[in-house]
Amino acid sequence: MKHVLEFEKPVIELREKIADLKKLTENSEMDLSDEIITLEKRLEKLETDVYDRMAPWDRVQMARHPERPTTLDYIEHLFTDFLELHGDRNFGDDSAIISGIAKFKNQPVTVVGHQRGKDTKENIRRNFGMPHPEGYRKALRLMKQAEKFQRPIITFIDTKGAYPGKAAEERGQSEAIARNLMEMAGLTVPIICIVIGEGGSGGALGLGIGDRIYMLENSTYSVISPEGASSILWKDAGLAQEAAESMKITSYDLKKLNIIDGVVPEVRGGAHRDIQTQAFEIEKVIKQSLDELSILKTEDLLEQRFVKYKNIGDYTYLDL
Amino acid sequence: MLRDFFSKKKRYASIPSQEARQDVPEGLMQKCPNCQKIFYRKELNRNMNVCPHCDHHHRLSAYERIQHLFDEESFVEWDKHMISNNPLHFPEYEEKLEKDRHKSDLNEAVVTGKAKMSGMETAVAVMDSRFRMGSMGSVVGEKITNAIEEARKEKIPFIIFTASGGARMQEGVLSLMQMGKTSVALQRLHAGGGLFISVMTHPTTGGVSASFASLGDYNFAEPGALIGFAGRRIIEQTIREKLPQDFQTAEFLLEHGQLDRVVHRHDMRKTLTTVLDLHTGGGDRT
Repeated sequence: MKHVLEFEKPVIELREKIADLKKLTENSEMDLSDEIITLEKRLEKLETDVYDRMAPWDRVQMARHPERPTTLDYIEHLFTDFLELHGDRNFGDDSAIISGIAKFKNQPVTVVGHQRGKDTKENIRRNFGMPHPEGYRKALRLMKQAEKFQRPIITFIDTKGAYPGKAAEERGQSEAIARNLMEMAGLTVPIICIVIGEGGSGGALGLGIGDRIYMLENSTYSVISPEGASSILWKDAGLAQEAAESMKITSYDLKKLNIIDGVVPEVRGGAHRDIQTQAFEIEKVIKQSLDELSILKTEDLLEQRFVKYKNIGDYTYLDL
Repeated sequence: MLRDFFSKKKRYASIPSQEARQDVPEGLMQKCPNCQKIFYRKELNRNMNVCPHCDHHHRLSAYERIQHLFDEESFVEWDKHMISNNPLHFPEYEEKLEKDRHKSDLNEAVVTGKAKMSGMETAVAVMDSRFRMGSMGSVVGEKITNAIEEARKEKIPFIIFTASGGARMQEGVLSLMQMGKTSVALQRLHAGGGLFISVMTHPTTGGVSASFASLGDYNFAEPGALIGFAGRRIIEQTIREKLPQDFQTAEFLLEHGQLDRVVHRHDMRKTLTTVLDLHTGGGDRT
């Protein structure tokens, strides 16, 4: 494993030790099988301790893991006949958003998602998965096309946020995101959104209005990054860990707040350890959502979408 | 002349402070931050808080704006007593809310209701940056959504005056989702042929700019208002260059095709009346 996160170091070290011991017994007469069994039991327990009780900050690290599967990885495992389609017909083609048509279990669908790179070179090309307005407008163009041909839409959310740049502002970053929020609300086809990594603020939400919203177990969804929150609230970016706790940004937090429909369980140790298995878990929720949504009449679909969002919020009334 | 040697000498030491520049003395006079001229508060207020000297648009509270713009005594407030919970149990949030409730005449960062403009019935939402920088949490989202829904049901136009730093951090992702909630409601208003006019005032940034503020059939802004998605400092750090002085002002947005018009506060009532009048029946197509 190339990238080891701080909190999982003990697990990785023990696993390596066991591997070493196994190699040693292969090449010698020594019988260490008892010891190996003991160590493997210990590893099992350690893994449970580390991965089943991850702190919010651990999950932030996991969501940002350089090897974490991206939209394109899942597209490969979940769909057939994927055909990428480019451009917003207005300004350009934003590589930070991938979009196209494909088949999901033989059913035509439209797929849209943020796309970050896995290495520096690809990250530069993809602008680290941070879209410009033309990215959101490309997504909207293809979602409108999906509506015309009555294809369900599946979106993958994985971005630190919309790009904070000069050109992005000049071309209307705010308007592009706002437009998507409103237009997605009215699309007459089912929309399923899955947060696969970081769900960063408005830039994430710009692909995130749907009938079903799921999050991978170790993904996050937040109004601002923990670093941003701590530097604004406490004038200290070093308190990001505390901010990650206070902001309630994990999949379980969002389920508790009734914002998402469910948590997609992750492979122990993170989705990158077994993309195939992870894709299968995602496939299950897409399949189930499509089954539930495709039987709805259009007006019921839109009404339920409205009610879903109307119900988000927590307020009270002044005692008079 | 010998006298010239003495005339400019200060008799007292002055300690310039941020507060002193804003309010000297408390309540009576106000200094314009743009042209540095000092005016009586009353004089400024009679002029709708527009600097009589340099036209700088000063902050206008929600109730003052309603009073200045809409027909006299026509305003009926909705959801006045709705207040924020602390859903994330965020440290010090309740204290901050309490403080802003005391400091202002507001229970939250937006005032909504029904009011007449030149005799025409409208649903209106006016944000106020004195309360938590006008940030949007659950209450702001809910009140605006309710106002949009009322406009749709009663088939009357919806007008919003935005003033907000964006989503409210202390309510975390609940705040973020208010962008979705208000936009979903606006979709229904638009789909039914309803009229929505958005007037952006200083400042309109972040999540508010990236949701309802940008979704009007008509998007107007007050002169000089700061409007944008990301903060200037963040952008400067990201792209490692200095941004022009007028970056993200209403005039900058107009130049880049992001606004319909920049409207002076003194012309606002006239402009809105013209637009409302051109949509006879207030969004009712049937």
